[in-house]
Amino acid sequence: MSNTKNTLVVASAVAAAMAASLSAPAHAQAQEKCYGVSLAGENDCAAGPGTTCAGTSTVDYQGNAWTLVPAGTCADIEVPAATDGMARMGSLEALDRDLPA
Amino acid sequence: MTVSQTSFRAALLDAEHPAPAGLTDGHGTPARKRFDVYRNNVAVSLTEALVTAFPSIHSLVGDDFFRAMAGVFLRQHPPSSPVMMYYGAEMPAFLADFAPVAHLPYLADVARIDLALRRAYHAADATAVDPSAFGAIAPEALGAVAFSLAPAVQIVSSPYPIHDIWQMTKGGSKPSAAAQDVLITRPEFDPVVDLLPPGGAIFFEQIGIGQTLGAAMETATGHVPDFDLGGLLGLALTRGALTDLTRPPAN
Amino acid sequence: MLDACFDTLPPLPGVGYKPQHYREILSEPGSVAWLEVHAENYMGDGGRPLAQLQYLSQQFPLSIHGVGLSIGGEGDLDRAHLDRLRKLCDWAKPASFSEHLAWSTHDAHFLNDLLPLPYTEATVARVADHVSQVQDHIGRRMLLENPSSYLWFEESTLSETDFLAEVAKRTGCGLLLDVNNVFVSATNLKMDPRAYIDAFPMELVGEIHLGGHDEDEDEHGAPLLIDSHGAEVVDPVWALYDYTLDHAGPKPTLIEWDTDVPDWPVLRAEADRAAQALTRVPA
Repeated sequence: MSNTKNTLVVASAVAAAMAASLSAPAHAQAQEKCYGVSLAGENDCAAGPGTTCAGTSTVDYQGNAWTLVPAGTCADIEVPAATDGMARMGSLEALDRDLPA
Repeated sequence: MTVSQTSFRAALLDAEHPAPAGLTDGHGTPARKRFDVYRNNVAVSLTEALVTAFPSIHSLVGDDFFRAMAGVFLRQHPPSSPVMMYYGAEMPAFLADFAPVAHLPYLADVARIDLALRRAYHAADATAVDPSAFGAIAPEALGAVAFSLAPAVQIVSSPYPIHDIWQMTKGGSKPSAAAQDVLITRPEFDPVVDLLPPGGAIFFEQIGIGQTLGAAMETATGHVPDFDLGGLLGLALTRGALTDLTRPPAN
Repeated sequence: MLDACFDTLPPLPGVGYKPQHYREILSEPGSVAWLEVHAENYMGDGGRPLAQLQYLSQQFPLSIHGVGLSIGGEGDLDRAHLDRLRKLCDWAKPASFSEHLAWSTHDAHFLNDLLPLPYTEATVARVADHVSQVQDHIGRRMLLENPSSYLWFEESTLSETDFLAEVAKRTGCGLLLDVNNVFVSATNLKMDPRAYIDAFPMELVGEIHLGGHDEDEDEHGAPLLIDSHGAEVVDPVWALYDYTLDHAGPKPTLIEWDTDVPDWPVLRAEADRAAQALTRVPA
């Protein structure tokens, strides 16, 4: 980069970012970090589904689904899509990681 | 009478399909409810897997609806791998096409957040750039440094306020009416969802393809004139999103 | 670390490891002698699951229990999955690896359940071939587990015990005897669970499983037990376990609790009960 103004912008941005990130709390010890499962229920959700080698006696009721309508927290949401002129449709697939084979 | 796994499997996911002949209770009585145990195990275990996999969608549409919808999904998209932690990659596309949720067009992008969180949770460990490393680089050379993105880093862009919607499923307040991009990172072991400021997604995309800090900033500023590099870089460093700082060759 | 001590599972109680018990397992040394994990839950690239497993594997002998190989499948074994399994075993260096006499994948779809197969000469050959491929690929002997059965294939010509013994004979694999599965299958198929234990080749048993089941009935009112791993081990299964130990001598014994996972003290109490049963048996 040859542009002096941009050089200054980058340098001051890096200085600000360093200050912000270095003031973040120190990291816990490695073993303690593994304990994190107890910190929040959502951690377990982030792990996603696990395996099973057990059966279930819970009954799967299949077939009457489409008398149903969504009835969760979505009832509180009314949002038109933004039309701010930017290409924002969908996700940036380029950043989606390939899963291991 | 032999029972092939093809016929067994065909009857497993289709309740209209009779249980294969040749299966009994061990004493000649044909297996009906006994076969249903396997049908049930497959459908219920995959439904439970989807409830765990998509907590935000589950919250948004409610338990009854989600489980019924999961019954449709799992029959269209049974897992393609025994590694269940990644099950459900087809969910965003499924939601985008599923008529009963056509009035909730943001669901697909919220499902992408749930997917990204799981991938981040299981992503490879990486050593994040230590912010103090910048101190050893001459100010005029900072624009020429480049990075890799940590394996956990993902971005979901949406024309909907998906960050607010996602937060609402965790007890946050009602969403605003704005397009939002979110950044998913994993500073230690727990994934984090952050709202990206305007230009943030473009910046990360540029860094991810190997552009220098200066070039990524120029591209982002070209789209968003008041792009705030300092704030975004601070976020990236705090979240451990950047790895492998490469410095320009000294000259 | 003391890896050399962890080459084999001790003939003592272990538990199926659940992340919510991490802190208690580490803070109560001696409460369980070893841990078992499902292989497929540790096939991510990093993060907390692998960090925990690495740490635990330095404190406890580890059993890796696969649920996704589909060893009883008509199709070929999934090479990519075999590779993942080898990578995990090379990294975690478990004292034991085990899998199920069942299939779960067909036409590239994984059905997330342990599905049954008929016991015939043809299926013995197929399962033995698959077990040999697994052992060759991961470079270690494996244990093959008896399933819970809800139905019987009319085409079957071999008993389950003869089937397992024949696979072991052809492949050199060991066996994992799930005593709850014996009780569930025997009840469901109206057979004598003790006769099954009598016929089981105990010298090949490297590990025993105990778990809870649910009770239901079929459309004719006959009992139908479901292997749910979601409750305490019932007294008749403890009795069958005692009977098994009388025949087998002390064996590494796992308490499996996979659904509605209880607080640690409940699981530990089950392990303590297994410890008492094991103490009673001369080595």
